[in-house]
Amino acid sequence: MTAQPKSYVTLFLLAPMAIWMAIFLIMPLLVLLVYSFGELAPMGGYKPAFTLAQYANLPTRFAAFKNTMVLAPAGTLCAVIIAYPMAYYLARKVNPKRRLMWLTLIIVPFWTSLLIRTYAWMFILGGRGIPAWLKYIGIDDFRILNTPTAVLIGIVYVYLPLMLFPIFVSLEKLDGSLLEASSDLGASPIKTFLQVTLPMSLPGVATGCMLVFILLMGEFIIPAFLGGGKVFFIGNALVDLFLQSRNWPFGAAVAVTLVVIMLIVVSLYMKLVFKSTKTQDVSMI
Amino acid sequence: MRWYAAFVYLFLYAPIGIIVLFSFNSGNHASDFQGFSIKWFGIALSNPFVIEALKVSLIVAIITAFLSSVMGTMAALALQNIRGALRIIFDSLIYIAVMIPGIVIGIAALIAMANTLNIINPMIDIIWPDIFGNAPQLNLGLFSITGIHTLWTMSLTTIIIRARLQGMDRSLIEASTDLYATPFQTFYKITLPQIFPGILAAALLSFTLSFDDFIMAFFVSGGKTTLPIYVFASIRRGVTPEINAIATMMLIVSLVLLFISQWLNRSKK
Repeated sequence: MTAQPKSYVTLFLLAPMAIWMAIFLIMPLLVLLVYSFGELAPMGGYKPAFTLAQYANLPTRFAAFKNTMVLAPAGTLCAVIIAYPMAYYLARKVNPKRRLMWLTLIIVPFWTSLLIRTYAWMFILGGRGIPAWLKYIGIDDFRILNTPTAVLIGIVYVYLPLMLFPIFVSLEKLDGSLLEASSDLGASPIKTFLQVTLPMSLPGVATGCMLVFILLMGEFIIPAFLGGGKVFFIGNALVDLFLQSRNWPFGAAVAVTLVVIMLIVVSLYMKLVFKSTKTQDVSMI
Repeated sequence: MRWYAAFVYLFLYAPIGIIVLFSFNSGNHASDFQGFSIKWFGIALSNPFVIEALKVSLIVAIITAFLSSVMGTMAALALQNIRGALRIIFDSLIYIAVMIPGIVIGIAALIAMANTLNIINPMIDIIWPDIFGNAPQLNLGLFSITGIHTLWTMSLTTIIIRARLQGMDRSLIEASTDLYATPFQTFYKITLPQIFPGILAAALLSFTLSFDDFIMAFFVSGGKTTLPIYVFASIRRGVTPEINAIATMMLIVSLVLLFISQWLNRSKK
């Protein structure tokens, strides 16, 4: 605030956050790490130990890891394929006066309850929803709920706004004179798109994919409602281990592994993608 | 292109619209629309479990919004003045708090607090004078739910306010200092009015996020039930029109707060 900030003022301002972080973030994450090296007590819960047995046990939950690592990227890919044309339309084709309104309409659903939005699809895809309508036109035995397709629909529905927004931002910033130059020099619209528009919007695509992918890694509600116990993610395994089986040490090992996988994937991704393109700050708020 | 855009908007709004439509269903089955009625709203609002869950959610969301806007703003103000290791530590903690999946934070907080309470409760038992009867015992509940919601929304608030501070006109602050205003006067008269709409917007956002959160609260709720936890448990038991009515009300709360926060955030730009 002044040219020479008083350090005690700064410390006073930071103290509440520091205390909060210590109690609710640092200590819990450390306890989680300690638990993951522990043993299961006979009555359920935790017995202090130092063993890698929990980590050695991870393959028993391979299906959850496999589902997450297949469906999270697949969902991200579907979302980007659907979001890109829409972002392009909003950023380049819509009347600029109306642009903000249309964009807001895309983002609004993202700030409503994830639980309710997923439930809506459970309602639509469930027995009395689409399958019942299809029966009217003579298609029997159409089942979609509790399949990977249902989970993918849910993923795209829930995360489309988050994917679209950064792509929109990068396309909107695009300098129109570059596109004019390209067409003046005789490039076809498709060539202009492939050689100018697409490469220049890649940072937005990369940001959107990363945001969606990070959130999908810890997803619980979408597979719980739309996968119905058949298509489950790591998040569902964690809920089972902590709240039903009460195998806390193994659950802790699964949680730690999830975070480690996430960190590895994200840092590899950053290295690969953001090396060529520039990072961009995205705020949806 | 137009058709594609129309399809995307339909895709985004039709499911929400169907839930809202069916919440006005007069029939007893969730998915056969038999006529227009608001009876399920009445039934939902006279269900004591719903009211209790709503109360818990509101208390948690209000305290979360208040704590995170105060602490998040304080931290944002401090962080613009510091460099070096301390800055890096706080920046990383803020991003870790936002990035780590809510489910992992919920689990970690659950086991850490269960342990802490196992240590603290016997201590209270010892120091509690017997003449007051049985010693009170701390439990997971409002405190732990509010705690982890605040961790998350406080970090978001800091990110929002910091962006606003960076976009602020520094010359006013310099002028104020040159005219011998104390740092506190400068803050109160110059900085605060400029960032206040941002703080309010962040508070409303924190409220919405806390009110809608399911997964974090699910782990540390102890015996308490928030509205999303109630809805989750009810959906597991079977879809009823009452859930549609509760869902519609939750959507309305989020939408109203979202529009107020958007309006606040825009009015100053």
